[in-house]
Amino acid sequence: MTARPDIIAVHDLWKRYGSIEAVKGVTFDVGEGEIFGFLGPNGAGKTTTIKVLATLLLPTAGRITLNGFDVVSQPTDVRKSIGIVFQDPSLDDRLSAEQNLWFHAMLYGVPRTVAAVRIDEALQIVELADRRTSQVRTFSGGMKRRLEIARGLLHYPRVLFLDEPTIGLDPQTRNRIWEYVRDLRTREGVTIFMTTHYMEEAEHCDRIGIIDHGELVALDTPGVLKRSVGGDVITLRSPQPDALASALLERFGAPARLTDGQVVVEREGGAEFVPQVVAAFPGLIESVTVQPPTLDDVFLKLTGHAIRAESASNVDRLRTMTRVWRR
Amino acid sequence: MAQVTERGPMVLRAGTWRHEVVAVYAVWLRDLTRFARERVRIVGAMAQPLIYLIVMGTGFGATFRAAAIPQGFSYKAFMFPGILGMTVLFTSLFSAISVIWDREFGFLKEILVAPISRASIVFGKVLGGATVASLQGTFLLLLAPLVGVTLGWTQVVQLWVVMFLMAFALTSLGLAVASRMTSMEGFQVVMNFLIVPMWLLSGAFFPLRGVPGWMATLMRVDPLTYGVDALRGVVYSGTAVAQFLVAHAFGFNLAVIALVAAGAFAIALATFRTREA
Repeated sequence: MTARPDIIAVHDLWKRYGSIEAVKGVTFDVGEGEIFGFLGPNGAGKTTTIKVLATLLLPTAGRITLNGFDVVSQPTDVRKSIGIVFQDPSLDDRLSAEQNLWFHAMLYGVPRTVAAVRIDEALQIVELADRRTSQVRTFSGGMKRRLEIARGLLHYPRVLFLDEPTIGLDPQTRNRIWEYVRDLRTREGVTIFMTTHYMEEAEHCDRIGIIDHGELVALDTPGVLKRSVGGDVITLRSPQPDALASALLERFGAPARLTDGQVVVEREGGAEFVPQVVAAFPGLIESVTVQPPTLDDVFLKLTGHAIRAESASNVDRLRTMTRVWRR
Repeated sequence: MAQVTERGPMVLRAGTWRHEVVAVYAVWLRDLTRFARERVRIVGAMAQPLIYLIVMGTGFGATFRAAAIPQGFSYKAFMFPGILGMTVLFTSLFSAISVIWDREFGFLKEILVAPISRASIVFGKVLGGATVASLQGTFLLLLAPLVGVTLGWTQVVQLWVVMFLMAFALTSLGLAVASRMTSMEGFQVVMNFLIVPMWLLSGAFFPLRGVPGWMATLMRVDPLTYGVDALRGVVYSGTAVAQFLVAHAFGFNLAVIALVAAGAFAIALATFRTREA
């Protein structure tokens, strides 16, 4: 992956809350400049892991270093090295966008002159420069999230944690956030550690750790993970499906089945297989589609269950109600 | 894509005492900014004491006139320092409970994950609460002429010192309680069983003398008593009625409040440190 030392090293992390084991012996490394994703359903232990890495929770057991600092014995150094965008908003909605950023800069010891430049820059990156003096409570969910990302970057962190960065956002906003994230890696060289339970999002990561019931069940690139499930699904339309199917078995040893008059073959490296087939049987093939396996298939295969659908928790709903009442 | 900024590992000076001072300032400034934003809160906090002064002052004033009391006594003027104390009490506590809101709305996480010591967070928060409460008290001082109280500059400065120390103690106390609370309901209970009795027993509305022994004892252990007494001492300084209405010397009162403030701050610090985010 990278020749540079691992910016995050987690060895045998355990976290218990009373009798509940939220994280059960997780071990992994993240390389510098990587976009690393934790994929798993709610309650799998993703947020707990992030909280431990961010020094917000003490681990029950395990050795964890971030940027070379121990999260238990050197929390201040770890905090200096990281930026976090929490799952729930953590802005002061009575302050303006700019005031929230200034507060952060002061808290992180960014000198005034540097902070002034950096705040302008961060607001531009997330396209909120024109709203800098607006109170945050007038912002939409997507704007708040973007402001939080800007804030997380103010102090030049080495690692940016994004806990479910796009939860509750519409697909369009979600894509925009992703553009920012990839852009950031290029511009700032920052390592990104994110959690998600959206499969499409996990695709953006360089590597994915799949976590379920507090255990890391797989860790690799999205491509490798998907290949581990089995082959691509190749669908061929042919004027003579039967002839094509038997020819495929004869020539390539590929068992084909007929579905709705089309020839379907499951095979690894589908994209490489197609040109060979087309070259071998001119005139027998009208069209080809190659469908790679999805991360859904990976998750299903590894854990035996699908990722549960997200629904607003009672806490979220209560919070919304309180917010309304507070106005 | 253009590299906008060189990544600057040198921009951080976190962990130094200068950084901690800036962090205290940031926490303090936020409380003040919010206070300035909430004009309704300022007006509301002014209206309440005003109502007390007008309604209770007039009502009780009539009752007190019938009793044997020294010449030159005005109940409204007597109540004024008590009302000042009350304003400081409630404004301080309001500042302290904002920690519960901050937890509820996530902002506390932003503060707790910052590379600053818990002590700086608590100190900034307490200073913020104390400043806001003193400001609110100062607005109230503008009403003094309305109740026939005239104040010289020395008195105003003395009042500021007392109000600030009181507010410092009360915000610390409130913070110690609030950092243990996860809901506003919990704080309501504390309010009813601790704050309201503290307030009523402080002598804000009646003098310390002539009450039964058990109550006198309670009033003596109520830290607020010394604050109200100190405020009253300043307001009545040099008048004939002072000896009837003021229980302790100014210096003694101040020493008690300072001691309570130091103790409460230590407790707030300890509770804030032990709590996980």
